[in-house]
Amino acid sequence: MRQARIERWSRGDSSLHRRHAAAKILVAFALLISIGTLTRYSAPACALYLALLLAGAGVARLPVGAVLWGATVVLPFALCFAVVSALAGDPAKAVVFVVRAWLSAQVAILLVATTPMPQLIAGLEALRLPRFLLQVMQFLYRYLTVLAQEAGAMIQAGSSRAGTLRTLRFREAAAIAGVLFARSYARAQAIHRAMVSRGFEGRLPAIPQARFQLTDAVFGFGAVLLIIAVRGAFGWA
Amino acid sequence: MDGAALPSVVYLARRAQRELIDHKIPLMGVMGAFVFAAQMINFPVGNGTSGHLVGGALLTYTLGPAPASIVMTAILMTQALVFQDGGILALGANVFNMAIAGVLAGYLPYAMFRGRSAGIFLGGVLSVMVSACFALGELILSGVPMPAMALAISLGLFAASALCEGAITLAVTRAMGRIQPGFMRQPEGIHGTPAIALAMASAALVVAGVFVTSAWPDGIQRLVSQSGFSSAQSAWLAAPMADYKIRFLATPWIAKIAAGLTGILLIYVLCILVEWVLSAARSEPGRDGA
Amino acid sequence: MIVEVRDLCFTYEDGTQALNGVNFDLEEGQTVALMGANGSGKTTFIQHLNGILRGSGSVTVDGLPVTPPNLREIRRRVGVLFQDSDNQLFMPTVLEDVAFGPLAAGKSAIQSIESARAALERAGIPHLADKAPWHLSAGEKKRAALAGILATEPKLLVLDEPTTFLDPPGQRDLGELLSGLPQSKILVTHDHLFARRLTDDVAFFREGAIAARGPINEIVRRFEW
Repeated sequence: MRQARIERWSRGDSSLHRRHAAAKILVAFALLISIGTLTRYSAPACALYLALLLAGAGVARLPVGAVLWGATVVLPFALCFAVVSALAGDPAKAVVFVVRAWLSAQVAILLVATTPMPQLIAGLEALRLPRFLLQVMQFLYRYLTVLAQEAGAMIQAGSSRAGTLRTLRFREAAAIAGVLFARSYARAQAIHRAMVSRGFEGRLPAIPQARFQLTDAVFGFGAVLLIIAVRGAFGWA
Repeated sequence: MDGAALPSVVYLARRAQRELIDHKIPLMGVMGAFVFAAQMINFPVGNGTSGHLVGGALLTYTLGPAPASIVMTAILMTQALVFQDGGILALGANVFNMAIAGVLAGYLPYAMFRGRSAGIFLGGVLSVMVSACFALGELILSGVPMPAMALAISLGLFAASALCEGAITLAVTRAMGRIQPGFMRQPEGIHGTPAIALAMASAALVVAGVFVTSAWPDGIQRLVSQSGFSSAQSAWLAAPMADYKIRFLATPWIAKIAAGLTGILLIYVLCILVEWVLSAARSEPGRDGA
Repeated sequence: MIVEVRDLCFTYEDGTQALNGVNFDLEEGQTVALMGANGSGKTTFIQHLNGILRGSGSVTVDGLPVTPPNLREIRRRVGVLFQDSDNQLFMPTVLEDVAFGPLAAGKSAIQSIESARAALERAGIPHLADKAPWHLSAGEKKRAALAGILATEPKLLVLDEPTTFLDPPGQRDLGELLSGLPQSKILVTHDHLFARRLTDDVAFFREGAIAARGPINEIVRRFEW
């Protein structure tokens, strides 16, 4: 599963991995805004951003080919708009759509591939996202694989009936979803019981934060300045 | 539109924090994971195509609208970051469309029909349809060319998936009821119906305005001159729309952001209104155990 | 006496009477196994020991009656190991999870981390501290969950079907680990072979009450277990 591979990458070690998550998130955000506001006249800017991203992947010692390929998943969606644009007589814009979508997916991949989930969430909290939302995300991420495995097992069992493998019928699918819901709900109650048994009284522990260091500040400021410079130099319509 | 929905979700989440309902966090997280897992299930809807549970309506009926909004936001963020579904650029927009507008649109029919099947089905349909309409509107605003044919096809597709969502949500809630009654929250009475109506009407106007003005600028000019729109709307609609769109596309990026910010402000006001309405649907002590 | 229970009765919301006058004692340092059919009340019973459920009758743990003012302290002194370790390892990393107990009991972050590391040592898995729970094998998860409850330095361990999900070598390892721990233990299990590793004292539950208490062989013979 792709998620497992990116998770593995995120546990690597490089100077990029070691940067504070908040700095990386800010850089990613700056990149996304720059990319998201590109117009048709910004091919050099796109090329420079791509170079920047590839450099990042290199520093992080990620397999470049896999990283580039990962972003292509978003293409089908973007291609639809591209086709519409091209047919409406605006092929340049079509190209911009596809490039923007692909680049932004690339940014997301690089961010997640150099930042393990707990640190990513800590970084988001350092940037003042509400803790409640982030803790819900933590629990979601924690139990994603567990529930996916349960669902997979039930789907297999359902479609293996009558000695042949076949697709589920509507009613069976609904029944499986219903059972999955009931089990998930029961699991949530069991988790709560375990939390209470261990002393939970209404406040989850704070999300552990790494210290923001000078290198992180230098990296953050430097990268953002570079991004703005590229945008300013080449991005004007 | 990044960050457009951020203030409202932040507001909701901070309110939850103040009320010390960390107790709900495991349930909300696990239900979020449930939605992901449930999307693995294929629901055949004829002709070899299959639909999937989107889950917004179901979350709303079982957790209540405010928690459902937060869970949907968590889901969208996880999809954008962990699964890189490409939604990262449009995260703010998606959160508004699905986690706020979609949840509210799903809740209202459910509340009005007091939790009966009609309400469940309609809520499912509207949660998808309203999100989709907002998404279309935002796309048009961001400069995606949308000739009438493409618009019609998109709306048709959205309507089809909306109907699927309604049917799937209804079927799944029935299956849940057979296992154990009591998963669904009893809808609160319709306190503040006028407020809800106002919120939805404003939202509808924003969307309609975006659609209509992009596609039929001349018609709008005529409409505005003939009827008495409020000053806010006429400012929005009365601009020479065809010119607006072209100018919008060609302006330097800073002007785009400024235009976006105005939109953000409008939406923020809308979200405050929505939040005020949702505060009537306060979370009760649930079936959390212990 | 580390546990004293008198006339404990409990009925669920749906009317099921789960406990019908349970009387139970456990001396400090001793280990007892609770056995009995599914639905006989074993799991319901242990949930009364740390206040998750409250029935009629009296329950006293380490000298403290199990009532709301004492719950915080009781939950520090009683560690419950649940059947599905996944429900117990709910924090993003093992270390954070094991530190949950001490933090909730009021220790500072630094002290909690120290207690957590010590508990991980005792459970034999100090190297798993920074791992995410879903990367662990069933046996490792069980140990991590155990470390989590050891971190508050409890006096009583309650283990609910601990051998579920474990293969025979895993069961053996767990048995060895547990027999090396000084705490009093209550072990809910179907597996009388596993129980034998830890104790010869069995309380047999039937229909919400303890039908008999005695040596394993006797109980197994008498109830055809």
